[in-house]
Amino acid sequence: MQHIWIVLGVLFVLLNIAAGLIWLERRMLAMWQDRLGPNRAGPLGILIVLADTLKLFFKEDWIPPFADKWVFITAPAIVVASVLMSFVIIPFSPSIIVSDLNVGILFFLAMSSLGVYSIVLGGWASNNKYSLLGALRGASQMIAYEVFMGLSLMGIVMLTGSFKLSDIVNAQKDVWFVFKQPVALVIFFIAGVAETHRLPFDIPEAESELIAGFHSEYSGMKFGMFFIGEYLGVTLISAMTATMFFGGWLGPAFLPPWAWFFIKTFAFILFFILLRASLPRPRYDQLMETGWKVLLPLVLLNLMVTGAIALWIRG
Amino acid sequence: MSALTILLDANVNSSANYFQIGIQLLVAIGIVIVMMVASHLLGPKRSTSEKLENFASGIESHGNARAPMAIKYFLVAILFVLFDVEVIFFYPYAVNFKELGWTGFWEVLLFVAFFLVGFIYIIKKKALQWED
Repeated sequence: MQHIWIVLGVLFVLLNIAAGLIWLERRMLAMWQDRLGPNRAGPLGILIVLADTLKLFFKEDWIPPFADKWVFITAPAIVVASVLMSFVIIPFSPSIIVSDLNVGILFFLAMSSLGVYSIVLGGWASNNKYSLLGALRGASQMIAYEVFMGLSLMGIVMLTGSFKLSDIVNAQKDVWFVFKQPVALVIFFIAGVAETHRLPFDIPEAESELIAGFHSEYSGMKFGMFFIGEYLGVTLISAMTATMFFGGWLGPAFLPPWAWFFIKTFAFILFFILLRASLPRPRYDQLMETGWKVLLPLVLLNLMVTGAIALWIRG
Repeated sequence: MSALTILLDANVNSSANYFQIGIQLLVAIGIVIVMMVASHLLGPKRSTSEKLENFASGIESHGNARAPMAIKYFLVAILFVLFDVEVIFFYPYAVNFKELGWTGFWEVLLFVAFFLVGFIYIIKKKALQWED
């Protein structure tokens, strides 16, 4: 019974975070760009979340006649469901975790890579040339960065000897892994931004050239679900970064463990928004070449150096 | 041999762990279905001639997207399959890293060398070059 409450609690909190991020991102972007942002509905404009949600629910559920109907409907469902499933293995605190699998990291990689289907299917089913271009770009970007996203976490697995996330958090009691694996942190975070196709790597959307990329033809709540999926993805990558590199729920005892976890996650969410506020979008070929030719060799080098040093210290 | 015993010793997940994943899957799919059905029932239904065309931000729409596309995307996808399978070989090594010691390390270094040979080959073949 307790498990069911944890599942419901986790999903409730996640959906609220995703909705709240819509407001937070607009406010923070406005602050960093010296604008006001949403400030009419409620204190500091926070009720804009409610207004946006209601508006999306009451919009027409339009499926274009030229689209492939069922694929068109499935694509936004995949993105939300797969990201929600990824949160299964995130330890919010020692006791709040849906399922502490011993294949935790593999489960995370498997679920987060399902997101590429929503982009490809959505862009293809829309039967719009802009959508198709966005989908193709998105797919090759995501699969290219997926190759070394998993590999960048393997240094930590080598030091811990486990895929289980609670083991990894406990292994950071003395030193956080960010000090042992700084290169892996940078590569994981870059791959994470590319996987969630957030700015500056929002090449599948690229408003200035592709309208809205793979979701040009979507409207109403289906469009809203791509949005929720994106914000959940941001939360997921932030939570994983906090767990893997910054000690997860570990922290001084004056705050409960879950509070430490949320503070760390929140810091990375803010960093995601700061990236959006400050960096221009690279060209598609620059993104792909950096991924394959720089980051992939670098992550292999990181792995081998980690292995050599760990074995050398042990003697 | 040693790797095999490690695999056999590893504690196996009990079905209880997957029970919660099942619940999460059911609830997640439930949320998705409720959202979609609710918006389908709540929204208006109006069809106009503009809506029947592809959306192209005001410029004239160029119709059907079932057209040939650049081969480069397929090439990247195929390279992904190759490289991802090679990369997956690192995962069991990483988790058994301590038990395998220096012997395992040299063996993986050899594997990385083979990996790099293939990698240099595709770069020389200009498979990862977007500008001619």
